[in-house]
Amino acid sequence: MSALTGTTRLARLVLRRDRIRLAIWILGTPLLGYALAGSVAGIYPDQEARLGYATTSASSLVARAFNGPIHGTDLGAVVVAETYVTLALIVALLSTFAVTRHTRQNEETGRAELLGANVVGRYAPLTAALLVIVVANALAAVLLAVALVGAGLPLAGSVAAAAAIGGVGVAFTAIAAVTAQLSVTSRGANALAAATVGLSFVLRAAGDVLGEQSADGTRVRSAWPSWISPLGWGNQVRAFDGERWWVLALPVALLLAGVALAYALAERRDQGAGLIAPRPGPSTGAPQLLSPSGLAWRMQRGTLLGWAVGVAVLGFSMGIAGDEFNDMIDANPAAAEAINAMGGGADLIKAYLAAMLGLFALTIGAYVVQALLRVRGDEADGVLEAALATAVSRTRWLGTQVLAATLGAVALLLLAGVTTGLGYGIVTGDPLGEAVELGGAALLRLPALLVIAGVVTAIFGLLPRWSVVLSWTTLLVFLLLGQLGAVLELPQAALNVSPYTHVPAVPAADPAALPLVVLAAVAAALLAVGVAGFRHRDVPS
Amino acid sequence: MPVISIGNLVKTFGAIRALDGLDLHVEQGEVHGFLGPNGSGKSTTIRILLGLLRRDSGDAQVLGADPWRDAVRLHRRLAYVPGDVSLWPNLTGGEAIDLLGQLRGGLDRRRRDELLHRFDLDPTRRCRTYSKGNRQKVAIVAAFSSPVELYVLDEPTSGLDPLMEAVFQDEVRRVKQAGATVLLSSHVLAEVEALCDRVSIIREGRTVESGTLTELRHLTRTAVTVETARPVSGLDVLPGVHDVHEVDGRTHLEVEPAHLDELLGQLIRFGVRALTSTPPTLEQLFLRHYGDDPAAAATGAPAAAAPGASAAAAASGAPTVSSSDADVQADAPQGGAR
Ligand SMILES: Nc1ncnc2c1ncn2[C@@H]1O[C@H](COP(=O)(O)OP(=O)(O)O)[C@@H](O)[C@H]1O
Ligand SMILES: [Mg+2]
Repeated sequence: MSALTGTTRLARLVLRRDRIRLAIWILGTPLLGYALAGSVAGIYPDQEARLGYATTSASSLVARAFNGPIHGTDLGAVVVAETYVTLALIVALLSTFAVTRHTRQNEETGRAELLGANVVGRYAPLTAALLVIVVANALAAVLLAVALVGAGLPLAGSVAAAAAIGGVGVAFTAIAAVTAQLSVTSRGANALAAATVGLSFVLRAAGDVLGEQSADGTRVRSAWPSWISPLGWGNQVRAFDGERWWVLALPVALLLAGVALAYALAERRDQGAGLIAPRPGPSTGAPQLLSPSGLAWRMQRGTLLGWAVGVAVLGFSMGIAGDEFNDMIDANPAAAEAINAMGGGADLIKAYLAAMLGLFALTIGAYVVQALLRVRGDEADGVLEAALATAVSRTRWLGTQVLAATLGAVALLLLAGVTTGLGYGIVTGDPLGEAVELGGAALLRLPALLVIAGVVTAIFGLLPRWSVVLSWTTLLVFLLLGQLGAVLELPQAALNVSPYTHVPAVPAADPAALPLVVLAAVAAALLAVGVAGFRHRDVPS
Repeated sequence: MPVISIGNLVKTFGAIRALDGLDLHVEQGEVHGFLGPNGSGKSTTIRILLGLLRRDSGDAQVLGADPWRDAVRLHRRLAYVPGDVSLWPNLTGGEAIDLLGQLRGGLDRRRRDELLHRFDLDPTRRCRTYSKGNRQKVAIVAAFSSPVELYVLDEPTSGLDPLMEAVFQDEVRRVKQAGATVLLSSHVLAEVEALCDRVSIIREGRTVESGTLTELRHLTRTAVTVETARPVSGLDVLPGVHDVHEVDGRTHLEVEPAHLDELLGQLIRFGVRALTSTPPTLEQLFLRHYGDDPAAAATGAPAAAAPGASAAAAASGAPTVSSSDADVQADAPQGGAR
């Protein structure tokens, strides 16, 4: 039996298990690319607009950090600048999770053992997974190229841009193939690979920030850190600006090296084992862990820390961008109008800051949903049953979770406001004053988040099986009402459904107590309903 | 006063009638076996006893209180091992044990450490890396570290190896000695036989049998094989004797234990050369109730014929009477509850 025996059969199994995910991935990426390209073309229709965009993007450090280096004024180049990082991150994470799902997760759950007992070669499971995922990346890239051409972009550049995105997927497929050998758990493998994605982003951002602006002002030549980041390679292809095709050899080389390394590691370890031995933990529970609140903090702290880092980086960048924004509105009255519509106020920079805080409040809503849905996850896993069979009342258990999510939301809101204020204050000269003002303004968004906590709790209490779907749908509806409600000219009654509609847009608007009190009252009512429902229903149900 | 007292308990999940008038009585200080085929309602009953599920109708009392209304107060006095143990994946086993113990109102540290040692459980490993058996050990250690009045154990040993099974049985005996009551749902018949003072067998949400193992045996027929000097006759008409037939000069029949005496009186007259009586094994007892045919279970006909061990005895030619004891098989029908 060769080490690859059974690869085809296993590949078919991967296809069968993931047929829906793969279809969404392979069709969704091009569709997203097409939609984004269309909207960018609408915003920057002529050479003049694109020249302005390219010059601003090349000189703005924030734009370089988040959008990557701009390469000229071709419409394609603007499309790449606006979409590359998003698409590349999506593809990188999709590839990572898919590799782990079909390798380490199978070993962890014992499925691999079941298969391994059949006629399956040593390398077959890994090879089958990689085969499917690389092909999926390639297919998505081909369709993306077609989509970009369909959106009216030149052929060569479209192919190069799509191949650059596909290359990112292939590169992280290789990285995940290695991390899947290292960690014993799929969670650990995913965390390692996702950390590599994060590191790649930081390296690329650093390289692009440290890069040089070309003489004509519309291009950025990245510094060396971008070259050691698989996320950075895609930019170095320079799609729509004299494509450098040879750069595409880098992800392919990484794939070959990664597969070779993964095979070598697989050879050296037992089924189910890893190279990173799991660290032993404490053999007894520390006193501060041994209560519902201690446990909630323990379960929450990792997530919260991740959120805090993200919020702080984003807040600081948005704050610094506030000053660049001052310059930008002078150059682009259309954008000024858009910002004005979002925040609604006379003072544009205040409107901008209010809009940013509003966006943070929406995003932190996702944290609240995620944190509270943990109770439902525990119920589905069966842990809740064990916990409620102890001398802890249901009210106390659920109340603790709500309190933990609320405190997390307070911390994140405050952090968002303070970092935005610090960033803005550093460039305008009053970091402390801005931090205090925006920190306070951010906290005024709390009642809207309490309503979200109330909605999730009520759903969990009354319709537990629908918790996940309904909670996220609710948040999505609030998001859409906030972002598109004005554009779509929805009636005010519809907009009023979202708690975010009622939060005063401080600092662009004056704070008002009444709406906040009403929101808090609605939240309290929803929480009461949720707790009552939970007290009266079956667990698990 | 009984520790657990359930009468006419009904619980439905939509169209599924999981419990259909179930009765269960567990006395103070006894180890009570709770048996029934998969899906018969054991876990549902236990969850109602823990106030996790709400009963549709019927009575349920635990330690003299209503398990739904007084759940928190009751939970200080009992410990639970779920049928399908799941734990917080990022806590270590030791942390999970301490957490469960503390939430229940405290545990005995000395016992905890001793149990960890006896069950050979590494408390420094994360729960997500534990096998099913090890997760079960965590729940068992957490439960037995708490000195409580009632232990509710839902198929606690379905993932344990025989060595750990022995440790588990020791622990049950220890808490019983200390005066605690144990409700033990189990498929491991050797365990039930070794530990339980009384058992209740349920089927499709109803109690079909309840009593000591001896009492249950008495409800079941003993298989008798006899070899006589003269051909036997007139056995069919004896009360309590069933299914008489002859094979190779030996007579096979089944007799209700209460009528064994009359049967022997009758057999003597034909010159007994060899006789084997096989009381029903525990396995047969359960198979009778677990079997597909509820009617057969109700009338008390054994589902499987008793294996005779008479051939050797018969060959000696002298009248011998042997009685093979109920040999219970440890690998009798097992199964995951869900
Ligand atoms: N939450 C539930 N929803 C629907 N049906 C359930 C639920 N819990 C148990 N059941 C059903 O109730 C019956 C009894 O289940 P259970 O008490 O788990 O049996 P046992 O523990 O004896 O194997 C089964 O038919 C099972 O499918
Ligand atoms: Mg069960």
